[in-house]
Amino acid sequence: MRGLVITVLALLTGLFCSSVLFLPVIGDPDSAPNQHISPVYISQSELDTGSPNIVTGTLADYRGFDTMWETTVMYLSGLTAVLILSKSTMGRRPEKEDDYE
Amino acid sequence: MMKDPFGGMLLNIAFRLLVPFSLVYAVYVLILGESSPGGGFQAGVVMGFGIILARLILGEDAKIFNVRIGTSLVLAGCGTFIYALAGWLTLVGGGKFLDYSFLPVSMEATHELHALGILMIETGVTICVMMTILNIMDAVVRRSED
Repeated sequence: MRGLVITVLALLTGLFCSSVLFLPVIGDPDSAPNQHISPVYISQSELDTGSPNIVTGTLADYRGFDTMWETTVMYLSGLTAVLILSKSTMGRRPEKEDDYE
Repeated sequence: MMKDPFGGMLLNIAFRLLVPFSLVYAVYVLILGESSPGGGFQAGVVMGFGIILARLILGEDAKIFNVRIGTSLVLAGCGTFIYALAGWLTLVGGGKFLDYSFLPVSMEATHELHALGILMIETGVTICVMMTILNIMDAVVRRSED
């Protein structure tokens, strides 16, 4: 079981690391986002969102759905930290190894 | 508050200077996040800093600034809910999810409604971040007390 987990994790890590090679160079003007998305956001942000701050316009308005789940992830991380650190035994493995399995 | 000194000179000055300043500055960062650098996440961190500092100075049994772990867990969820509520309000107004032009309030469509929606979701983010920081601190404190 542990060997399988390690194999799958190593495979996924290799996949993610190798995908970095296919990303465009930072600052490349011919890459896909710089051709289409960035100029539109920079020129249209104030008209579309009414906010003079492009960062806020993108974060809260164009990408509002993304930020909503980002907030949810933060809430869940805090909840998980509390559950791990608290004394409550809910969801824990039993102390004795014999009971497990 | 706190006309009488309650600790040493350092604690008094740190409390009276830093805690009100950080709380007011957090509200400033939150309100002006729409038009200047800042926003919900930063405001939440600064506000959480102020409350943690007050708690560290005043101690466990203080009457004020003492957010218990049950309260802070519930409030963190409420902050996330305020964010989602903004999305549902735009659905009620007849638009798409989180399209602030359709908030059911009679205001000027693009600028004012978007400013209102952004303020609403950033308030939610602020509450969630602040209460999450307090959660983790309270959990660590309880763990180390055992």
